Amino acid sequence: MDKLPQARIAISVQTEDFDLGHEADVLSAGDRGIGAMVSFVGLVRDLNLAEDVVALELEHYPGMTEKALLGIAEEAAVRWPLNAVRIVHRVGRLHPGERIVLVLTASPHRHAAYEANTFIMDFLKTRAPFWKKEWTPDGPRWVEARDSDLSAAARWHQVVSKQYGNTDHD
Amino acid sequence: MQITVLYFARLRETFQTPSETLDLPTGVQSVAGLIAHLAARGGAWSEELAGGKVFRVAINQELVDFTAQLQAGAEVAIFPPVTGG
Repeated sequence: MDKLPQARIAISVQTEDFDLGHEADVLSAGDRGIGAMVSFVGLVRDLNLAEDVVALELEHYPGMTEKALLGIAEEAAVRWPLNAVRIVHRVGRLHPGERIVLVLTASPHRHAAYEANTFIMDFLKTRAPFWKKEWTPDGPRWVEARDSDLSAAARWHQVVSKQYGNTDHD
Repeated sequence: MQITVLYFARLRETFQTPSETLDLPTGVQSVAGLIAHLAARGGAWSEELAGGKVFRVAINQELVDFTAQLQAGAEVAIFPPVTGG
């Protein structure tokens, strides 16, 4: 199989909002090998584990967060043929309806772009050191991790070895 | 051996400190040893670290399991399971 050039990976952890169109333009600019780009945008919802969430406070572990996200993107680039990966995760205080996370995956092929995108989100949710605190009318409370997130990440150990044991991704 | 320990999220609030520098007794060599050492402080420490609650540990910003060995100067972080995304 033709070896792709190493995937371009860009990670940002920031308080500011991001612009999906702008990020997608930047990611694909000058790269005619990209045939598919998948975007995932996560939003803050007003019903999480507690009801009536008025705001979320996102804490993270500066330094480890960037390292963990880079490691997850690199792992995806080993498993799928990717031209580029972009991850933006916001921290600080966010309100329902606001964008919280962006994952863009660009590949010659759509299946790789879709699957790598899901893979990155599944591992982001279990390995990247972010913690959500929900503010409700009754006060703050830390969001507890969910078992379903752990099993979503664990399933890749089986799926990937089964479907991607060979190097032909077409 | 001296190490730095960082706490995040609920544990940072419960322990009322974001970080501390620790001089470990010679017997404490692993993550499991460090956790037992901290839990021996009692109160919230034993409740969070020895009460069957789930938490994660990183050494020098990499997730590790309880058998991992500590090195002098290490940055050890103890935090609840992550909830980003």
